[in-house]
Amino acid sequence: MRSWFLKAALAMVLALPAAAQTPKQGGTLNYMIAADGGPSLDGHKETTYAVLHATAPFYSNLIRVNPENPSSTTDFICDLCTEMPKPTNGGLTYTFKIRKGVKFHDGSPLTAHDVAVSWNRIVFPPAGVSSAREASYPMVESIEAPDDTTVVFKLKFPTLSFMPALADPWSYIFSAKVLEKDQHFYERNIMGSGPFKFSGYEIGQAMHGVRNPDYYYPGQPHLDGFNAIFAPKQQTRVDAMRADRAALEFRGMSPTARDQLVKELGDQVTVQESDWNCGNVFTPNHKRKPFDDVRVRRALFMAVDQWKGAEALRKIAIVRTVGGIVYPGSPFAATKDELASFPGYATDMEKSRAEARRLLKEAGAEGLTLEMLNRNVDQPYIIVGTWLVDEFRKIGVTVTQNIVPTGPWLDKMRTGDFALAMEANCQMVVNPIADSGRYLPHEIYKENFAYHDDPVQVDIYNKMVRETDPAKARVLMRAYEKQVLDIGAHQLPTLWFYRVVPMRSYVKGWKIGNSHYLNQNLANIWLDR
Amino acid sequence: MYQYIIKRVLLTIPTLFGAAALVFLLMRLIPGDICLVRLGGGGASFDPKALIACHAEIGVDRPVIVQFLEFIWGLCRFDFGTSMWSGKPVATEILARLPISLEIALLATTVAVSIAIPLGAISALKQNTWIDVFVRIFAIGGIATPSFWLGIVSVLLVLDVTGWATGTPWMPPIDYVPIWKDPIRNLSMAILPAITVGYRYAAVSMRMTRSAMLEVMREDYIRTARAKGLINKIIINRHALKNALLPVVTLIGIEFAFLIGGLVVTEQVFNLNGVGRLFVQAVQNQDYTLTQALVMLTVAIFVFTNLVVDLLYGWLDPRIRFA
Repeated sequence: MRSWFLKAALAMVLALPAAAQTPKQGGTLNYMIAADGGPSLDGHKETTYAVLHATAPFYSNLIRVNPENPSSTTDFICDLCTEMPKPTNGGLTYTFKIRKGVKFHDGSPLTAHDVAVSWNRIVFPPAGVSSAREASYPMVESIEAPDDTTVVFKLKFPTLSFMPALADPWSYIFSAKVLEKDQHFYERNIMGSGPFKFSGYEIGQAMHGVRNPDYYYPGQPHLDGFNAIFAPKQQTRVDAMRADRAALEFRGMSPTARDQLVKELGDQVTVQESDWNCGNVFTPNHKRKPFDDVRVRRALFMAVDQWKGAEALRKIAIVRTVGGIVYPGSPFAATKDELASFPGYATDMEKSRAEARRLLKEAGAEGLTLEMLNRNVDQPYIIVGTWLVDEFRKIGVTVTQNIVPTGPWLDKMRTGDFALAMEANCQMVVNPIADSGRYLPHEIYKENFAYHDDPVQVDIYNKMVRETDPAKARVLMRAYEKQVLDIGAHQLPTLWFYRVVPMRSYVKGWKIGNSHYLNQNLANIWLDR
Repeated sequence: MYQYIIKRVLLTIPTLFGAAALVFLLMRLIPGDICLVRLGGGGASFDPKALIACHAEIGVDRPVIVQFLEFIWGLCRFDFGTSMWSGKPVATEILARLPISLEIALLATTVAVSIAIPLGAISALKQNTWIDVFVRIFAIGGIATPSFWLGIVSVLLVLDVTGWATGTPWMPPIDYVPIWKDPIRNLSMAILPAITVGYRYAAVSMRMTRSAMLEVMREDYIRTARAKGLINKIIINRHALKNALLPVVTLIGIEFAFLIGGLVVTEQVFNLNGVGRLFVQAVQNQDYTLTQALVMLTVAIFVFTNLVVDLLYGWLDPRIRFA
């Protein structure tokens, strides 16, 4: 092992006791956002993390993933509420008590009414308002604020997927008074109640915030302010960290960038790493021959050695963990043994590929030559795509990649103009039941492009989404997974992404989560210098 | 002269209209749409209703001919509409990026002109000497080296050299501050891209100056001037160089216009929030209104620059009359 790897390991170990240190107050954090400026500033409307990383520090949420334990898939805590509620009425009613004395940045009080209006805007958007996550709340019947400190969510059916959905980091609490006047105000302006107040936005370049002295968590935020700089090019971000123009970039860097920074900066850089609730999904188009034949789909999956691929690709790409349809860190995720029987997860590859060749021959699909639609994003789409092409070659299937920009990539998938595709699957708060809904047939889940029909799969899902016993829900999840990966061989999740966040060692208090959408309000960050 | 200018300005109208029709059509031939990129680009799931709402909000659900007529009518009123991506007026989006692009273009032009004209002239006057060989190598090096590569190397070099010399690596700032707010920070950001872009620009201009100078120096009127007993300095400055600059001025004009919106990769290397980067974003995001406006801006800059160059001809060569 080279010396800089030792330094990196040391740096990571040194980072651990930081949580126990007393936070220092003051200083300005410069961080980068690995994208061009996002579209509007309205968190309810947008989906790109470029918006969230620039605006989350200005807003509060009702509940959130615990910022001290963001890797957990089940640890949710209050932000604006005072206590996590116990469901009543057979799991159909959740009553939240809202903190008193919280103020918006314009000095007006934040009450339960603002929370209810904001959530209604997300779940039941008024005419002319677009909510990107409206479909995440099929279980919600109504949201009401009977008084200034109480918000009541009533559900249509009890479900385990409600609480994780409620911790959505995009669910900013806006001012009801402002929304009453102009539903589009938040597309162009920022006015929240979060740890930082808006102090400036240079279009496409940087967002600036200053400490909110009225923040409701005593002692927070620790920083005087922040500058979030848009820097889409990785080499620029690496150089900027070397020169300390910026301390970090929260989304994550490639393993090679991490290695370069550790080599250059030694103990001046620490690295936090985590499995990531994102991945690619290899999708055959079931409407296209020969993928209307399950044997051909199974054969392709059986050609792929995910275990060996993980070992090799983790060195160069932001992928690492083999998993099924559920995020590997979740209690709902399949174990290695549970996965091993599915095509695409075999450990005896010689046997698996022999079976794949037999299936192709039986289906009359030997010597296939195909094109795989892929997105022109290196990390990790093209790298994973290239690996898959090589795996398919091992069973005599010749695949070439059709690499196109995001617009045409999405368009071709939506119009069914492809034989094979690399889809994206990037979720936020780990919500196994809701997240696995993306494998439902296109008729039900419009962003699934396998174009398959499977009433059995839909039936299992419907049972699972209404199951409130976690143990029973896990059993249903296994049945659902078997239907997707094995019986129907509809789609194959490829290696789950792996998040690598190098940062200047003086940045303390921040903990990596399993999604780059989480833990971004910066309230707990402090600078040790 | 004034008639000539009016005629040229009027000629820009069909040029701009042709460009407008072309860019409108080409943008709509690209598969996909801005709402898909906006909602699905991050790989996260989104509500299908949001897609419909997005289409309605930005107006792409209307017939194409209606969109085209609205675009042309907006152009006639100098109203480019709002960016489909950000919802901000297109003029605001462009004006936010124009200062840095203009600054880099001006600085790069200054670098290029101050290197190219003296070195090109010296190279011609000292033809086939070691000075000429050196200048030609320098020029060919500039033409052969892509600006973005030079940019990457120069940043790394600055980082390494400052790190080695002071123990703290330094690089230009990655966020722009206007020159009137903080001149030192502004220039420390702009100077490196100006040099890297200016080098290639200088190399091309240097070659042009040299060949034009060589040609002029062989003209009869130069021989006449020498026969009259004029001193060399006057022959070169007043008679040779002024005439040799005609093609160089054309080149400088075209290059300057190109620099406003063409520094796509260099702007990315130095994290400059300029017009070139905006252009790429607009095309990638399939932001029709912004792309259309940027194309129109580029066309207008080229047309205007060409007009200025043509007028400069008259000043450089009094024989040219604008009829």
